Amino acid sequence: MSKKPKADVPVSNKAVDALYGIAEEIYEELDGGQIPKMKIPLRTKANIRFDTKHAVWKYGNLTGVRSAKKLKGALMLLRTMHVLEFIRDMIRENKSSTLREMYYISEGWDIAKFHAQEESNLLAEDLEVITQLLREDFKLRPEESGASVIGNLTLEEITRNGERKRINCRDDVGDAGYTIPYNVEKEKVKLIEADAKFVLAIETGGMFDRLVENGFDEDAKCILVHLKGQPSRSTRRLLKRLNEELKINVATFTDGDPWSFRIHASVAYGAIKTAHISEYLATPTAEFVGITASDILNYELPTDALTPRDIGALNAEMTDPRFNDEFWRSEIQAMLQINKKAEQQALAKYGLDYVTDTYLPEKLGPLGLM
Amino acid sequence: MPSISIAEELAKKQREISVSEFFERNKQILGYDSATKALLTVVKEGVENALDATEEAEVLPDILVEVNKVDKDEFLVVIEDNGPGIVKKEVPNVFGRLLYGSRFHARRQSRGQQGLGISGAVMYGQLTTGKATKITSKVEEEDVAYQVELIVDTKKNMPNKVREDRVIYERAHGTRVEIPLRGRYAGGKQSIPEYLKATAIVNPHARITYKLPEGETVVLERASEDLPPKTKEIPPHPHGIELGTLMQMMKETKSYKLSAFLEEEFVRVSARVAKEICDSAGIDGDVKPKSLVLEEAKALHEAMQSAKLMAPPTDCLSPIGERLIKRGLKNVLGNLRPEFYAPPLTRDPSVYSGNPFQVEVGIVFGGDLPPDQPVDVLRFANRVPLMYQAGGCALTQAVGNVDWRRYGLEQRGGQGLPFGPAIVLVHVCSTKVPFTSEAKEAVATVDEIMTELDLALKECGRRLKTHLTKKAHRAKTKEKFEIVQLILPRIAEKSAKIVNKKVPTLDATITKIMGVVWVDETITYDRKQKRHTVTINVHNFTSAGKKLNLHLLMPRGLEAKSVEPKPTELRDDGKITWELKRIDSVTKASISFVLEGLDEAEYDESDVYVSGINPGLVIGAEPLPGDWELNYAEFEGEEGAAPEAAEEEGEIDYDETEESLEDE
Repeated sequence: MSKKPKADVPVSNKAVDALYGIAEEIYEELDGGQIPKMKIPLRTKANIRFDTKHAVWKYGNLTGVRSAKKLKGALMLLRTMHVLEFIRDMIRENKSSTLREMYYISEGWDIAKFHAQEESNLLAEDLEVITQLLREDFKLRPEESGASVIGNLTLEEITRNGERKRINCRDDVGDAGYTIPYNVEKEKVKLIEADAKFVLAIETGGMFDRLVENGFDEDAKCILVHLKGQPSRSTRRLLKRLNEELKINVATFTDGDPWSFRIHASVAYGAIKTAHISEYLATPTAEFVGITASDILNYELPTDALTPRDIGALNAEMTDPRFNDEFWRSEIQAMLQINKKAEQQALAKYGLDYVTDTYLPEKLGPLGLM
Repeated sequence: MPSISIAEELAKKQREISVSEFFERNKQILGYDSATKALLTVVKEGVENALDATEEAEVLPDILVEVNKVDKDEFLVVIEDNGPGIVKKEVPNVFGRLLYGSRFHARRQSRGQQGLGISGAVMYGQLTTGKATKITSKVEEEDVAYQVELIVDTKKNMPNKVREDRVIYERAHGTRVEIPLRGRYAGGKQSIPEYLKATAIVNPHARITYKLPEGETVVLERASEDLPPKTKEIPPHPHGIELGTLMQMMKETKSYKLSAFLEEEFVRVSARVAKEICDSAGIDGDVKPKSLVLEEAKALHEAMQSAKLMAPPTDCLSPIGERLIKRGLKNVLGNLRPEFYAPPLTRDPSVYSGNPFQVEVGIVFGGDLPPDQPVDVLRFANRVPLMYQAGGCALTQAVGNVDWRRYGLEQRGGQGLPFGPAIVLVHVCSTKVPFTSEAKEAVATVDEIMTELDLALKECGRRLKTHLTKKAHRAKTKEKFEIVQLILPRIAEKSAKIVNKKVPTLDATITKIMGVVWVDETITYDRKQKRHTVTINVHNFTSAGKKLNLHLLMPRGLEAKSVEPKPTELRDDGKITWELKRIDSVTKASISFVLEGLDEAEYDESDVYVSGINPGLVIGAEPLPGDWELNYAEFEGEEGAAPEAAEEEGEIDYDETEESLEDE
């Protein structure tokens, strides 16, 4: 994923060529009296296949068609043309923008303007999938996600002034930890060394703070990473690099609800939306340390009833190939059966130290991590 | 205007029916059973009296209604009309005696029938406040108005004048009644403003101005300058007569012979029929009608019921009419911005038990009407809104009996009141509306009326459905129209710019996307000139040139002017036909015409039909109906309509995969 061109390098012709190719295809179709359309690999759970080489889930061969025959399709094609032009101009002028800026730029595109940032983000991803390039190639970057790291990890970051800055994520940071930048590739972040048995990736800020306050990183010799809900690409990429380059095991610790299951899936198996780059982002050996439906029962945790949306999400997971194993099936079914979910902070029922003294040792012990 | 003669003539017809104590004991059946209802009833009686007075004098009604709060629960209701006025000596009788009226025996459509109305209101006022009602009336010939304050002597059923005077009066002629009463003012569906609005809908020729407690003055402007045609009075039909009425008539008749009485005082009874009736009843036709005893009267009544007779004439009815119903609805409901007024329907007159009747139905749909509630049913009998007893009313039941799911409304189990953004207007007019009680709040279920209502509602429902179907078609095509008109040219322009080539022509692509002939209409209105300019465009979005005929059905009574191009045929019944020249692929043909002198709301959609082309290829116009009686050459060699999914089988629309992607 080290594709970010340096300022002094000539513009990436690869991206310009790929974009030209898309526009040319549409043009040729119109010129030939055809209805313009684009074939795009389907980004749905029905079209993800297990890639045995990388042990992650990638897109399969199913494609959908975005056609000008339908209003929505026609609008997306027009937006695609605008985005192509916008990106081409950025590359020419050696500029870049955030995804959010592109969303606001579209205000000037009249009927082609995006109505939500979600729409423009999706289109940027569509372009990645079609061209097999990355959004960085298109000079598009995400906003900071603000996810953070605490633990005995030393890395070197190239600062905005171009200086190399060595940071120890335990000694050189405050209680909020080291903030993960949007670009964590080698040319920006160099992993130097770590003294840790494992990385614990935590869903919620509340639990992250609890573990920091309890000194869990030092007691258990681990690196704490706050995922901030669904982790951004850079957070997942950093986890992947820690695992791959520094050979540290990763464990995820989330709430006990259907959405948290998906957080683990995106860390360990690859997210459906970004399955075209799963091999860069997913850490196949990552372990899940709860909270599972069984944990809710075994630890008698305080719970909330599932909402209809939760139930829908669980049912969808029953047909999600990433969850098609015995462990997940039984956990999903159990959750549907008890009709309950729990937050990870529900462990505080037994006191503030219970999570670090009892729960995590009980979960991480059998994995050989504690 | 010969007001004096009308006033005099009315006076001559006044007759006395005495039962004032009866009323005092039964005020609940006459609409005075609660404080809220009593206030509405007094307004209602006053307004209906005023409408009758003006219409009988052939004056466009201009009615003022005021409800003034005098005290915590005391009100003063003022009703003023621009009718002919009432001559001095008749004023006390009209307002101070119950069952005193000119209409009691008349066989024709009228609002009041028992003559209990306004004097009942006067009596209710006096019973609850102890105060007299003040009446001021001026006939055109007098310089000043006559004013009297009176109460009803409930024992004798006679007016009792408290004070009388001569006063200056602004209007040339008219009557003003001021009734004090105890009551309660409330809003909601059965409120006074709702009643007045409903009244304005079915009386589009009336201007109603009202001022309610704590409210602004509201003017319901008239929507039509045409008075409803005067209804003819007809003698009763033997099939509808009640025994009591028959006996009363026999007591009062001037005929000496029973056969002559039957022939002269009933409709559809010839000398031969009169003899048949007498024979069948076993009574000599030469006896004096007065001499019949009860048993004989019963036999005669039975014989009359079973006699074979022609149905009564029906020109005694005064339906509102399709055009005026629409105008009335638009005038009063316009602020709800309804999306569609289904063309109202007036059925031909029909007969039940010797009484002619006629039903009318209108439907208002969409706009700001609430989409998830039962439809509002506006019930009317002889142009009078029915405000109470909706559940027990034949008009409501008839609406519930129709399976509205067929006509685009939601309805649980296919019966009961449908749900949806709609108002259904149902009007029954008759020389004798069969009410369920003296309170005249609900219409009784009579088979013949139910049948007519069912047919009318279904037909109006079909008209609604046609509109909704057309709308759905258009929405779909409109989307494609947007694609080819707005989006595609910009895709072409942008892609050409990026690849640095010239902008391609889009005709072939456009026909592939549309594949239809699109008929589309724009109507502009010039308020100053009162002129509608209607333009109909026929866009050929198919890949080949098209030839077709366009037909337009003008509503009754409208004439298209400045028609461009000249029609091939222009018929007296409003049917216009154009045999259009060949329209090349991706071009259009236009037709335009002008309508003069209409209000803006009176023309909002043309009835357009096509022939000579595969109707499946056309969006925005219906195929010519079979009864148009035209014999156009068969169309041939047409391609079929562009099939929805002409491309690869099983292709997945990328933008319609509804998978939740929310896992990042």
